[in-house]
Amino acid sequence: MKQHHGMTSIVKNTARLVSGFIAVFGLYVALTGHLAPGGGFAGGVILAASGVLIVLAFGRRFSAKVITDRAVHIADAAGAGVFLLVALLGFLAGAFFANFIPTGEPHHLKSGGAIPISNLAIFVKVGAGLLGAFMALSAFRLTSKESKT
Amino acid sequence: MGVELLIVILIVFMLAAAVIALEADDLLSSVIAVGAAGFALSVIDLLVGAPDLAITQVVVEVIMLVLLIRAVLKRRDEAAAISSDLLRTGLCLLACGVLLAVVFFALGGLAGDDAPDGTIPPFGEPVLANGKRAAVPPGVSKQYLEQTVSETGAVNAVTAILLDFRAYDTLGEATVIFVSVLGAYALLRRVGRRKEGLSP
Repeated sequence: MKQHHGMTSIVKNTARLVSGFIAVFGLYVALTGHLAPGGGFAGGVILAASGVLIVLAFGRRFSAKVITDRAVHIADAAGAGVFLLVALLGFLAGAFFANFIPTGEPHHLKSGGAIPISNLAIFVKVGAGLLGAFMALSAFRLTSKESKT
Repeated sequence: MGVELLIVILIVFMLAAAVIALEADDLLSSVIAVGAAGFALSVIDLLVGAPDLAITQVVVEVIMLVLLIRAVLKRRDEAAAISSDLLRTGLCLLACGVLLAVVFFALGGLAGDDAPDGTIPPFGEPVLANGKRAAVPPGVSKQYLEQTVSETGAVNAVTAILLDFRAYDTLGEATVIFVSVLGAYALLRRVGRRKEGLSP
């Protein structure tokens, strides 16, 4: 029953301080995917980890106000849509998944053509998808406990 | 040689963890053993020079451990046991056979090193590389490595392959994740839960 209201205030304060930094680190890993090891998938999972931290620390009731199911679903679908859109725009430029943006200067953030855009789309998609699955599972635990009592 | 010895030790550790995960009586021990095997795999990724994969493995492993432990923690029921001993023996034999076949092919099969058309290149020799043997066709990996910067402008060749040369693979992976998350939503949806809660 404690899980409904989250954990102790120590955990809550630590999560409050740290979760933003974790999300920013996920964005960094996704943005520099074409320059350093990492990429959209790893960054998205790190983003989902910051959301999981909030859900675990503050409990399902509170976090449902901050991270709604609807927002997560929309982000999930939007990420997948943007990735497909990049592929289709490449189709206009010649072939499916053709790199239609000029490949800037190597070793710079603005390089790689459409690769950073795809990375960001996968970042949003994977992060929202994993977080949504976690929230669905935790909500399931909550009601099955309620039905027992 | 030191790195290879370390990898062998880690593989033995992973095998032990996998056996413990199968044989443990309660689910929590199984989940923790699976997590140990996953972290050992991420260290192996790092040792063989695949930092991209190592990052992804560590991060996914952490999330999956949190998810599974949270799902398992409150229900201490025992793992579903396979009913008959015959089935269990058969499954063990099948696994041994598959393992033997994999080892056989990993060591080069019957053909050996100098046969004209060997089955599979020896362990450690990439299939797509321009191999020393005649059996290995000229592959595309050299081309990928040479043209990554000029074709895509991305410095990280792994990302260039994932999102440019082989973007179809990534699209398939994204579709798989999308469909599995949709399945989780559909199975755990609010409407079905309420009805089930009322029935008993």
